Amino acid sequence: MTARILVAGASLGGLRAAEQLRAAGWTGAVTVVGDEPHMPYNRPPLSKEVLAGKAPFASLAFTPKAAAQDVEWRLGTKVVAARLTERTVTLDDGSTVAYDGLVVATGVRPRRLRCPGPLDGRHMVRTLAQARNLRDELTRPGARVVVVGAGFIGCEVAATAVGLGVAEVTVVDPLPLPMVGPLGPLLARALLRRHEERGVRFALGVGVTGFEGEDRVTGVRLADGAVLPADVVVESVGSVANVEWLEDNGLDLSDGVLTDEQLRVGGRPEVIAVGDVARFPNARYDGVPRRVEHWSIPTDTAKHAAKALVAHLGGSDKELAPFTPLPTFWSDQHGFRLQSFGAPVLGLDDVRVLDGDPEGDVLVGYHVDGRLTGVVALGGHAVATSAARYRAQLLKQPAPTS
Amino acid sequence: MKVVVDMNKCQDHGQCVFAAPDVFSMDDDGHLAYVPDPDDALREEVEEAADVCPLQAIRIED
Repeated sequence: MTARILVAGASLGGLRAAEQLRAAGWTGAVTVVGDEPHMPYNRPPLSKEVLAGKAPFASLAFTPKAAAQDVEWRLGTKVVAARLTERTVTLDDGSTVAYDGLVVATGVRPRRLRCPGPLDGRHMVRTLAQARNLRDELTRPGARVVVVGAGFIGCEVAATAVGLGVAEVTVVDPLPLPMVGPLGPLLARALLRRHEERGVRFALGVGVTGFEGEDRVTGVRLADGAVLPADVVVESVGSVANVEWLEDNGLDLSDGVLTDEQLRVGGRPEVIAVGDVARFPNARYDGVPRRVEHWSIPTDTAKHAAKALVAHLGGSDKELAPFTPLPTFWSDQHGFRLQSFGAPVLGLDDVRVLDGDPEGDVLVGYHVDGRLTGVVALGGHAVATSAARYRAQLLKQPAPTS
Repeated sequence: MKVVVDMNKCQDHGQCVFAAPDVFSMDDDGHLAYVPDPDDALREEVEEAADVCPLQAIRIED
């Protein structure tokens, strides 16, 4: 029988894994299983261009590489269980598939708010279907919108909604500033000001305790007793890794699936994890395993992990160099861009303006023990490009442990 | 090798510049410039550039 690598998850991580298995020389079968009905598509536009009505599906779909043309896609199908000792997975139609190699690429789903109230009128923006539903409601005349969670997704959605002409958009978060966790107060204050100038309202330092309404949301109840009237609620309060199907295999699934520095799962060289679901140590930094929800990670992890898996299945025990990606992320809000390189979050105690001014275009450096560990640019394209000048420096150094 | 960038999609992220600096560059205003007919020896890095483009705007036409 032909040897088979099964890829669980058909988003960017699953696609890149399939392509990189071929690039690494795998000639056996590759089967990709994914629960959405679509071929892999690009998610960042969901909170921006798709909501704004500027991006049809055709513009989001990835074009698989020619080398991956013989990959079998089983879409609209979910992997519901795995028996790693027997090297099989179970699909939601009850069938069992045997594998020689397994790629865990099931990603994440939005975390839901567990407080009382109706579900109707509450939205998320992880999938194309969700983004389309939200768009339909945002474009209703007079819609009042409350975004719960002032992270990147929440702030992007708020910016897009204001851009669509929604008159009342309020972002709620228990933290005192938007995006303050990953960026620190200096940039978070600059971002707050930019959003407020463009008409986004904020209720900060206060949590949500429930939703008003009978069948459908009419308001959001806050911990201080206030109620924000709402026709549309967007929940953007982080994500939960899709790992339930891996339960009962003795794995550490406490936040995604724990891997080693080669992205191998549970000490099994025939099982690798890629993308948002992988909690991997990065020897460039402190070696603490973390999940990283950056757009670049599915491609980076797939490239490394596919090599390791194909080498193992080919009988080679040669250890590759550890996976040490340089993190990078961006966010577009109201026509300005945030661009990050490195690990700003490790240097939040020593934040310095490297260039410009927080009132305008600004480049900010994050330091540990006086050494640069990450940069973030805020403003137009020129300052985003200037951040890239620090990239080589950040790549050279293993950053200090914090 | 023929490289085509859909400039309607391109949003000047510059990730391609890191992957294939011989083919892609950013001008002083932060906008993309590129070599449309690079040497075939650069294929691997151009493929990498196409992979890392957040807008998936880079196409390689043989």
